[in-house]
Amino acid sequence: MTWVGRAIRRLEDPALITGQGRFTADLPAVHWVRFVRSPVAAGKLTNISAPKGAMVVTAADLKGVKKITPMLHKFNYKPVGQPALADGVVRFTGEPVAAVIAASEEKAEDIADQVELSIDETPSVTDARAALKAGAPRVHTEAPDNVILEGKVMTADFDSVWKRAHKIIKVEARSRRQNATPMEPRGAHASFDASSGRVTLTCTTQMPHLTRTAICDVLAFPESDLRVVAPDVGGGFGQKMSLASEYVVLVWLARKLKSSVAWTEDRRENLIAGFHSRDQYITLEGAFDKDAKLLALRADIVSNVGAYSCFPTTCGVEPLMAMAEMPGPYDVQQYACLARGVITNTCTMAPYRGVSRPVITFTLERLMDKAARAFAADPVDVRRRNLIDKFPYKSAMGLEYDDGTYKDTLEMAVKAVDVAAFRTRQKETRAKGRHLGIGFATFSERTGYGSPAFAARGMAITPGWETVIVSIDPSGFVEARIGSSPHGQGLRTTLAQIIADEIGVTPDVIKVVHGDTDRAPYGWGTFASRSLVISGGATLIAARKVRAKLIKIASHMLEAAPDDIVLADGSASVAGTDRAISIAKLAREAYTQTHRFKGEIEPGLTETGHYDPPGTFSNACHVAIVDVDVETGHVKVEKFVVAEDAGRIINPMIADGQVHGGIAQGIGNALLEEIVYDSNGGILTATLADYLPPTAREIPPIELHHIETPSPNSITRAKGLGEGGCIGAPAAVVNAINDALSPFGVEIDEIPATPQRIRAALRNAEKTS
Amino acid sequence: MSEKTAITLIINGRDYAIAVEPRRTLVDAIREDCGQTGTHIGCEHGVCGACTIIVDGEPIRSCLMFAVQANGKKIRTVEGLADGDKLHPMQQAFMDHHGLQCGFCTPGFLMLAVGALEREPDLGDDELLDLLSSNLCRCTGYQNIIKAVRAAAKDMRKG
Repeated sequence: MTWVGRAIRRLEDPALITGQGRFTADLPAVHWVRFVRSPVAAGKLTNISAPKGAMVVTAADLKGVKKITPMLHKFNYKPVGQPALADGVVRFTGEPVAAVIAASEEKAEDIADQVELSIDETPSVTDARAALKAGAPRVHTEAPDNVILEGKVMTADFDSVWKRAHKIIKVEARSRRQNATPMEPRGAHASFDASSGRVTLTCTTQMPHLTRTAICDVLAFPESDLRVVAPDVGGGFGQKMSLASEYVVLVWLARKLKSSVAWTEDRRENLIAGFHSRDQYITLEGAFDKDAKLLALRADIVSNVGAYSCFPTTCGVEPLMAMAEMPGPYDVQQYACLARGVITNTCTMAPYRGVSRPVITFTLERLMDKAARAFAADPVDVRRRNLIDKFPYKSAMGLEYDDGTYKDTLEMAVKAVDVAAFRTRQKETRAKGRHLGIGFATFSERTGYGSPAFAARGMAITPGWETVIVSIDPSGFVEARIGSSPHGQGLRTTLAQIIADEIGVTPDVIKVVHGDTDRAPYGWGTFASRSLVISGGATLIAARKVRAKLIKIASHMLEAAPDDIVLADGSASVAGTDRAISIAKLAREAYTQTHRFKGEIEPGLTETGHYDPPGTFSNACHVAIVDVDVETGHVKVEKFVVAEDAGRIINPMIADGQVHGGIAQGIGNALLEEIVYDSNGGILTATLADYLPPTAREIPPIELHHIETPSPNSITRAKGLGEGGCIGAPAAVVNAINDALSPFGVEIDEIPATPQRIRAALRNAEKTS
Repeated sequence: MSEKTAITLIINGRDYAIAVEPRRTLVDAIREDCGQTGTHIGCEHGVCGACTIIVDGEPIRSCLMFAVQANGKKIRTVEGLADGDKLHPMQQAFMDHHGLQCGFCTPGFLMLAVGALEREPDLGDDELLDLLSSNLCRCTGYQNIIKAVRAAAKDMRKG
């Protein structure tokens, strides 16, 4: 019986359920920082006046601090720099302009209220399509037409195949703006140590090492003088993987004051300035043959990237991923796409769980449902005709899909939900004025991709690989130091399961160390459904090396052939005999009895694994059943069914939890969550009473079904699954709403599908009918 | 505004004599003046419920109460939930059912559910769902929180 595959309880939990978690905001500090933020979307900053005696830092004080300027070497990218504090120009509501430093948070807040900003307002633009129009306000001089990046692609036979189409189906999809909304807002604590001259930055980051690299780049001091710690981090979902300019200011202040300084973001700051995402327009056309087989796709992607380009991924992360992965789970070899990143006077866009894929899946799955209508076919059947079923499959964009179960998961979900029975119930309830609908979403989820995927985007920084160091100390305890930086994903538990199987100990004696640049090897952190695949792979490589060494030592000490040594239950034994030695004892010998190995075995028990995989595709089918109140526009999701394949599952309990959480975020994306700007670029959704993450009442019971297709592209055979839940859910829910509203001739192609939007569509339909 | 008032907070059976400004919220006083950082701050608007604690037997949002209002009242936070090394059934159920991921909202959910069930042990499944919809969690999709609380409710009724 292996540890891998078992739903063991998490090793993370005992501290977190007893109030012993350690989050950034828990640390005491000598100085507290409050940021004064721009109250307007665009303008020239002419003066900052602070009350007498107050300590206030502005861009004028930060001379010599470089701008945060992430770089892409492709796609006509226009590098734009973000100053740590606005320098003469403000570009979005909420942009940090000054830092007030005081002895307590309250005092800093009091003083910040008295800081007066003189800003000559200039015209602003918050909508990406408006920003593309001639004469639109210019956000950065480097991008005169507000287009900061442009990707274009067209396959060789696109035109000729397009002409052969029997039907062209078109969808104009709109995804409104979201905020990832981790329950813990961002925060940082920077502390100067006089004896070493070093600063320790404790912050809510998903990527401690890259935070260190980036801050030392802009402040120009050696990385050896900065330690970055990600303690317990209260959710990230991508928002905490981009560099916050506030962290740069904190480290600068700690060095300047030679003391400790802290900043805890409040919810309003998080909602207006804590990075946004998903704000896109996608026009997608599909050319189908007479049998509803998709021949070609043409996409126009307009992504609102906000006021600056996020570090490290750059603002290419949404439009370029959308361009690369638009064809999704369908077999279509001809493809043309124009993808533009448009800069506007809005909060900077950063990755959020799923990145562009919730939007491209929504668009593509709307297209499939519209095709089904146009062909008077069953939506499931149209998908059946088009899903990929031969592997490895090379997409029109040249991506290689490893073994998957696109059709099987569709059939599994269809069976689980009993479509025929639903249709009968739908008919019956419709007669009584109740409008139920069913919606499907099939999708692929590219996960665990290494450095070549990032290099393909032309990123100056190409994350991808991971390093893991597994060691057994002389007391027999096992430690794995990892470059990933989990913050809720349960990686301490799953990696311990992988190690336990290799070296024959129980997971509870294995400590996984992460989130500290002094303790963990350089790595890229936790994002993009990568950690279990890549850090898991590196863990397996390192653990196998430790295993090999343990067997070598045991073979020496037990005077047996290496092939006869069995590692299990904390001991090395000789197969078929009662000769055994504990692994703790072997570890002790590895340090203290090296003379016995006659130079044949190197001292110590520390091994390193590196892993940089090509990437793997998970897949799933989501089905939503909804009940739409046509009088109020309210949507209740009644049931949600998932059939998914994420390769080999290391811990089924944790895997299910990831899927549940993703689906809840996807339902929020589909129905509730929207950052709203007014016509002047002010934000109307600055509290959690206005920006609405779903509660337990909005999330229906989620039924999960699994297929495990081991990935040939992942040495643990596991695929990633962190993002899938929120990739499929918006499409499934909105397709279900459209199915419910089909008697009214209404089509909703916008998320979130709020009651207002549903009622507006119904009113329009009444008017035109 | 900055004149301080002397108060005593009784947290998990221990007295904390502190001096606070009248505007200091209870959650800030618990975290900063009393050093009990297990209670978290998620929104300071009373919406998310991360700061839920039990005051005189009732689950409340500690960001919506001033510290001076809690003077002399009995306060329970997540740090006082376990009996020594023995976890409260609610804590055990959250572990057993994977009712937490990042753990930030967890203390609030634990105190909400414990506070409500101690007052009304017989809350039904649907009533529990209503109760739990007063706090936000961004990681779990609520499925396992609901399972955990229903399981713990049974255990608590058994005593």
